[in-house]
Amino acid sequence: MIFRSSRLAAVEASLAGGSPPLPGRSQLQDALARLVRNKGAMVSLAMLCLLIVLAIAGPWFIPHNYEDPDWSAFRSPPSLADGHWFGTDQNGRDLLARTLFGTRVSLLVALIATLVSVVIGVTYGAFAGYVGGRADQAMMRFVDVMYALPSILFVILLMVIFGRNVFLLFAAIGALEWLTMARIVRGQTLSIKQREFIEAARAAGLGTGAIVFRHIVPNLLGPVVIYATLTIPEVVVVESFLSYLGFGIQEPLTSLGTLIAEGTNVLEVLPWLLWFPAAFLILLLLSLLFIGDGLRDAFDPRERG
Amino acid sequence: MMTAGRLQQALSAALLAAAIGTPFMSAQAATINIHNGADPTSLDPHKLSGDWENRIAGDIFEGLVTEDPAAQPIAAQASAWTVSDDGLVYTFTLREGIQWSDGEPVTASDFVFALQRLMNPQTAAIYAYLQYPIKNAQAINTGELSDLNELGVKALDDRTLEITLERPTPYFIGALTHYTAYPLPQHVMAAVGEDWVKIDNIVTNGPYKPVDWVPGSHVTTVRHDGYYDAANVQIDGATFYVLEDESAALKRYRAGEFDVLTEFPTDQYEWMLENLPGQVQVAPFAGLYYYVINHNKPPFDKVDVRKALSMAINREVIGPQILGTGELPAYSWVPPGMANYDQPYMVDWKDMPYTEKLAEASRLLDGAGFNSSNPLKLQLRYNTNENHKRIAVAIAAMWKPLGVDVELYNTETKVHYDELQRGVLDVARAGWLADYNDADNFLNLLKSTVEHNYGRYNSPEFDSLLDQANASTNVQQRAQLLHAAEKKAMGDAAAIPIYYYLARNVVSPRVKGFVNNAFDIHRTRWLQLVD
Amino acid sequence: MLTYALRRLLTTIPVLWVAITACFFILRLAPGGPFDGERPLPDAIRQNLAAHYNLDRSLVEQYLIYLGKLLKGDLGPSFINQDFTVVEQLMIGLPYTLTVGGTAFLLSIVAGISAGILGYMYRNSFPDYLLGIVVLTGLVLPNFLLAPIFQLIFGLKLEWLPVGGWGGGAAVNIVLPVVVLALPHVARISRLTRASMIEVMHSHYIRTARSRGLSKASIIWRHALKPTLTPVVSYLGPAAGFLLTGSLVVETIFGLPGIGRYFINAALNRDYGMVLGTVIFYMILIVVLNLVVDVLYAWLDPRVRST
Repeated sequence: MIFRSSRLAAVEASLAGGSPPLPGRSQLQDALARLVRNKGAMVSLAMLCLLIVLAIAGPWFIPHNYEDPDWSAFRSPPSLADGHWFGTDQNGRDLLARTLFGTRVSLLVALIATLVSVVIGVTYGAFAGYVGGRADQAMMRFVDVMYALPSILFVILLMVIFGRNVFLLFAAIGALEWLTMARIVRGQTLSIKQREFIEAARAAGLGTGAIVFRHIVPNLLGPVVIYATLTIPEVVVVESFLSYLGFGIQEPLTSLGTLIAEGTNVLEVLPWLLWFPAAFLILLLLSLLFIGDGLRDAFDPRERG
Repeated sequence: MMTAGRLQQALSAALLAAAIGTPFMSAQAATINIHNGADPTSLDPHKLSGDWENRIAGDIFEGLVTEDPAAQPIAAQASAWTVSDDGLVYTFTLREGIQWSDGEPVTASDFVFALQRLMNPQTAAIYAYLQYPIKNAQAINTGELSDLNELGVKALDDRTLEITLERPTPYFIGALTHYTAYPLPQHVMAAVGEDWVKIDNIVTNGPYKPVDWVPGSHVTTVRHDGYYDAANVQIDGATFYVLEDESAALKRYRAGEFDVLTEFPTDQYEWMLENLPGQVQVAPFAGLYYYVINHNKPPFDKVDVRKALSMAINREVIGPQILGTGELPAYSWVPPGMANYDQPYMVDWKDMPYTEKLAEASRLLDGAGFNSSNPLKLQLRYNTNENHKRIAVAIAAMWKPLGVDVELYNTETKVHYDELQRGVLDVARAGWLADYNDADNFLNLLKSTVEHNYGRYNSPEFDSLLDQANASTNVQQRAQLLHAAEKKAMGDAAAIPIYYYLARNVVSPRVKGFVNNAFDIHRTRWLQLVD
Repeated sequence: MLTYALRRLLTTIPVLWVAITACFFILRLAPGGPFDGERPLPDAIRQNLAAHYNLDRSLVEQYLIYLGKLLKGDLGPSFINQDFTVVEQLMIGLPYTLTVGGTAFLLSIVAGISAGILGYMYRNSFPDYLLGIVVLTGLVLPNFLLAPIFQLIFGLKLEWLPVGGWGGGAAVNIVLPVVVLALPHVARISRLTRASMIEVMHSHYIRTARSRGLSKASIIWRHALKPTLTPVVSYLGPAAGFLLTGSLVVETIFGLPGIGRYFINAALNRDYGMVLGTVIFYMILIVVLNLVVDVLYAWLDPRVRST
């Protein structure tokens, strides 16, 4: 548990401050309108889109790829003349290509891990909240227990046992992050299940699974989206921490976290190896943070400063 | 007048006091701060296995012989010795007046006790095998013999020790400098048992004795006044700091917090040459960085495939460009400069221009049925380390033009070596640092019966050449046989030598007497501090 | 309250047991053993070592031996620092970790809450934005990057502080580690405080207080602070756990002898006893901290007390 609980708990604490009302259609429109008025969030959204486009399409438009060395340019500083705009690393590989590729991997890690955490967290929380009673208590007790475990240790043990598999890395990080999602979803579910349409669905003879997935989960959209947006930067940070420990992605693939962990060691002698990937990471994290804040403000109608 | 005279008197008295006080003060302050890397496993010489542990152990303990500033064996606790004509019986005379740090004398039986404990299977000494040349050592250590007294080490009297060997071993005196051959304080162990190694109990016989140990932080030693050469030991104490982050260590060195760095980040080399002139010490080190190839897995069982992979590596680029510290390219199995061994055998294609090597490699692979339309697929394993990674990436790129499709596979060190020992590999990174100054130490890595022959190279001819060499009592003849073995292995492309290691230290201008040597051993006893 | 606390502690015992059991067996599934390394060992030596540490017995036997010793408070030997038992190592490291982690914890609370309140009072003006930037820096820069940058600036360029080391516990030696450790938490707590304060200041009773003509400062200090801190407190439990144990990076880079390093290093070194020792230590710490947070919570929010 190195990074997990800290930020999650912060968000959970603020989300637990009151249960946001369910977004009906018009409320959703209101929320979107509020979001659009939020300049910071919109700028961040534009920045995020730009980063995504760069990460996906960028590698096709630059003359170098991320894995082949340029035998004539080891450790060369950024230069427009030789085509290495961000310079090259100690293996003569183009840093621009590697940074773009690393951004792609980091986004993918974040996306998949967040998806895993959302799927597990929402399913688990919604069932616990809907079924209630002893099952609920037992399930939440289990979440408490998981909180008390040093989960980063377990992630590392998993990686050690099953080898360095990218998908395992994603899944492991996702499995690290679902607990708070489950708590939030359960809290929301408790209030949703009191409402008439759930009674109606039950009266119509729908099974537990159907009610949870068809009627409860869709109504959790607001808090889940808010929380997922805030989980993404968290995952990016965890990924970079694992890279620092040497558990990052396998070469010649790379990620922003791996690039930064490598760049840190040479920050005085080959500074470009640090600053370019760090700038990408900071932009990415900041835009995600602002978007997350913007979403939370937009969905929570109580006036905020 | 009176007052002025008094003032003068007082002043000169003060000056005198300062003059007397100064050497005393500076002697007080003459302690050295050494960056030592990892946490030492123990202060018990039988539980050690790393060079960072050797730095401490060799300062606080001392064997019959020890390393001089150039890491050559010289007389230490023994003042003299004789060797029988058949090279089997060594008789050591201990120095007069040697003592433990509690004042008890060091006797021949302390050595007998220590070597018996080393070989006792219950001690579980990691490095016991280094003293296997001693008669019955291996049999006792493996449990074949249960009587410790069968070990070929006898105390003839308090100051005479007789060691009998299994067979003549030209490097035996060198092996005795090793920490596995240090004496242990039998009298302390009789009193407190295994707790003897606790910092409050430990008693040592070297130039220094340990006084403080905080795991994860440091070990501090102070001068041992009862040491026979204490008068010539200039530095009063040393602190060995635990710090595995090399970049952080360099920063602390620059801030004056460390006097010696025992490793530095290679990327900073150029910068240090410019900004810390004369302080970076880079010297050849008796060690080899190499790749093993799995001889049991087709197509790597074909000599042409192995040779092609070896030839296609542009070794001249690795030291200067990839690592940046200028490691020398390795075309032989035994690093240059080993004792009793002239020039190592260099592969016959060593001086070919790289383009020709590449063309030849391509031809060889093609002959084995691999080309760009039928690429040779292989997995290249390395353990987590920035430099291993860089070399693997570079070599994968060098093989790419041959149509070799490389999957890089990185695992942490424990997994890496576990899998190598079980033979799970195509091509994998390994390295070897000499235990003792002899070519056999390297060639032994390719013997079919040895655990660390990870590639399972199996050549009866090679094995028999090694056996003959080690049975030989003639140094000249032995060297020739070893040379023939090396030629055989390199002709078979048994494994891929890449570069010879360099010892990398940074030494402050305050420190004098630091001599670069092929074993990277620098005992504090030989150093001085100047201000 | 006391019986409640005792009951909470007792219920953790089965959880602890499950965690230890899971950890024990997962650890043994991992390839590689404590004595694998650059230097391969001859089989004979390997067997000697295995016998010495009971590693040659069956897993179940080893597990039972471990549990038996555990009940006597013996966490067994460490393979990496063989001159100290696991318990001794944890005891030696604890004061360092508590000093650095505890100071960082206090700093996070004081600086975080102050920054949050200042941010509220000057919201949407220059000081708020400035604080916002500092806070976000703490959030987005990984500590393994922040630490070397601080070492360069404050240790080498400005020469204000030592670059690393414990220095016999000198205050100057722990400034950088504490700041690096605390910064992300200062950031989170200040964000939390600011948001919570905005909410509280809009509540009815604060409006009432304001209509009675009380000054802004006295409203914040006397009436708004306590409810504002409720969400902050629920963050403190996990944060403290993080500070005390997550100091791995800080300890590694600054060369401090705390126990944060053991968390990952022990697993990497297959130091089985040490891994289990840290797991046990960590879980007990979390349980105790959560208990403290519960008590604090009850004090801050009277509604909780009645339930």
